Amino acid sequence: MKFRTVKRHIAESFRSIIRNGWMTLAAISAVAVTLLLVGSFIALLMNVNKLASDIENDVSIRVHVDLAAEEADREALQESLEGLENVESVEFSSREEELDNVIGSYGDAFGLFDGDNNPLYDVFVVNTTTPEQTAEVAQQAETLDYVAEVNYGGSDADRLFKVMGTVRNVGVVIIVALVFTAVFLIANTIRITIFSRRTEIEIMKLVGATNWFIRWPFLIEGALIGLIGALIPVSIISYVYLRGFDTIMNYLSGTYFALLPPNPFLILLVAALLSIGVIIGSLGSAMSIRKFLKV
Amino acid sequence: MIEMSNVYKKYSNGITAINGLDVRIEQGEFVYVVGPSGAGKSTFIKMIYREEVPTKGTVKVGEFDLVNLKPKKIPFLRRHVGVVFQDFKLLPRLTVYENVAYAMQVLEKNPKQIQKRVLEVLDLVGLKHKVRMFPNELSGGEQQRIAIARAIANMPRVLIADEPTGNLDPETAWGIMDLLEEINNQGTTIIMATHNSEIVNRVRHRVLAVENGRIARDQEEGEYGYEV
Repeated sequence: MKFRTVKRHIAESFRSIIRNGWMTLAAISAVAVTLLLVGSFIALLMNVNKLASDIENDVSIRVHVDLAAEEADREALQESLEGLENVESVEFSSREEELDNVIGSYGDAFGLFDGDNNPLYDVFVVNTTTPEQTAEVAQQAETLDYVAEVNYGGSDADRLFKVMGTVRNVGVVIIVALVFTAVFLIANTIRITIFSRRTEIEIMKLVGATNWFIRWPFLIEGALIGLIGALIPVSIISYVYLRGFDTIMNYLSGTYFALLPPNPFLILLVAALLSIGVIIGSLGSAMSIRKFLKV
Repeated sequence: MIEMSNVYKKYSNGITAINGLDVRIEQGEFVYVVGPSGAGKSTFIKMIYREEVPTKGTVKVGEFDLVNLKPKKIPFLRRHVGVVFQDFKLLPRLTVYENVAYAMQVLEKNPKQIQKRVLEVLDLVGLKHKVRMFPNELSGGEQQRIAIARAIANMPRVLIADEPTGNLDPETAWGIMDLLEEINNQGTTIIMATHNSEIVNRVRHRVLAVENGRIARDQEEGEYGYEV
């Protein structure tokens, strides 16, 4: 293809977008609305997922060591904990470290309890290989020697795990369904805009245009419609997400929970929406004109 | 130049449009294709620019074997075969100039060359002064002249005209005939399907009468031969 032909195709597609004003507008709106839906749902569900994982990971078993335990007893306890089935890691946190955590989270006022005034226990933080095994492991830990107390979310945690599993699956299904709907809707709208120009394509073929000569401007036009259509929801979602992220993260400060940070999540989402727009736009128009090219 | 031998065309709906047709048309001829509606005229014409492919037999246009022509090569055939229709088939959103230029842009000719040739053919059809207008601003006769200008822009060896005067008043029709004569004089083969007995009888050329999917009459300087 000669360079001036490339230039011609690009100029032609821009001209066509302007000359088909209303059709272009319809197609762009269709792309914008569907991608806004898809993008918002993805952002929402991915964050729900993230919070779910945060909650699950937050669930660990805290085994408080009896104050009477000597160092040897403590080491024996650690070994038995590590020996339990489904235990992934056992981390020791001395009462001093525990106090530091408390001071870190709740402020210097707790500094009063420094040294011998420290009311806290030494703690083993036990993480299970999967969150669902928490209850079982906690029960077994309670029976070991020198265990003062075992803490975990209990039945609340169990329920949580179940709900989270469902939320995750439903989320994936909804996203997949939405993406399919978007593909279908966008491709269809573009097909309608092209259908109104089938005589044009027929004439092009009759004067000896090759299929690709006809296809290129349509392809570029479709890609442009997809791109412009995607830019609208991308700006809306970016704005809302950045604002929402700051606000919500303020509430969540000091907890284990966090939303997905805009970098890289928002950047990836934007890239995905733009590529969906461009790819579906150009493929949609390429597929739609195929039928009319057979003259 | 154009050669059809033992050609059959049966459509998927069971209608046999062409039924053992043989014909040979030399370069530079002017040929009328006449015959009753539904006799196979249109199919015959369409097989020359490969809108239809015969079910059986051979069709050759220049060096192109149309039966075995790959779809990819069709555009290259059509650059040698200009086509003019009863309903003009101009691109409604392009100006007169752009309509004619389009046929040349397709061949990736350089813009200087395109401009020169477009103005040249528009001059030939007598509409050089209307380059900036859109098809719907022109009369039927003018639109047909533009269509002819487009069809000959790439200097095809064959110009097919399918009822080119069908939608035009008699006076305008004669203007179109003069134009086709002039193009023919420059060496282009012209194949014109028509129902216009007056034209056929007054401007004598070879007449091919298609009936029941065959050439029923092939006559040099023939008459129209049907009751009007």
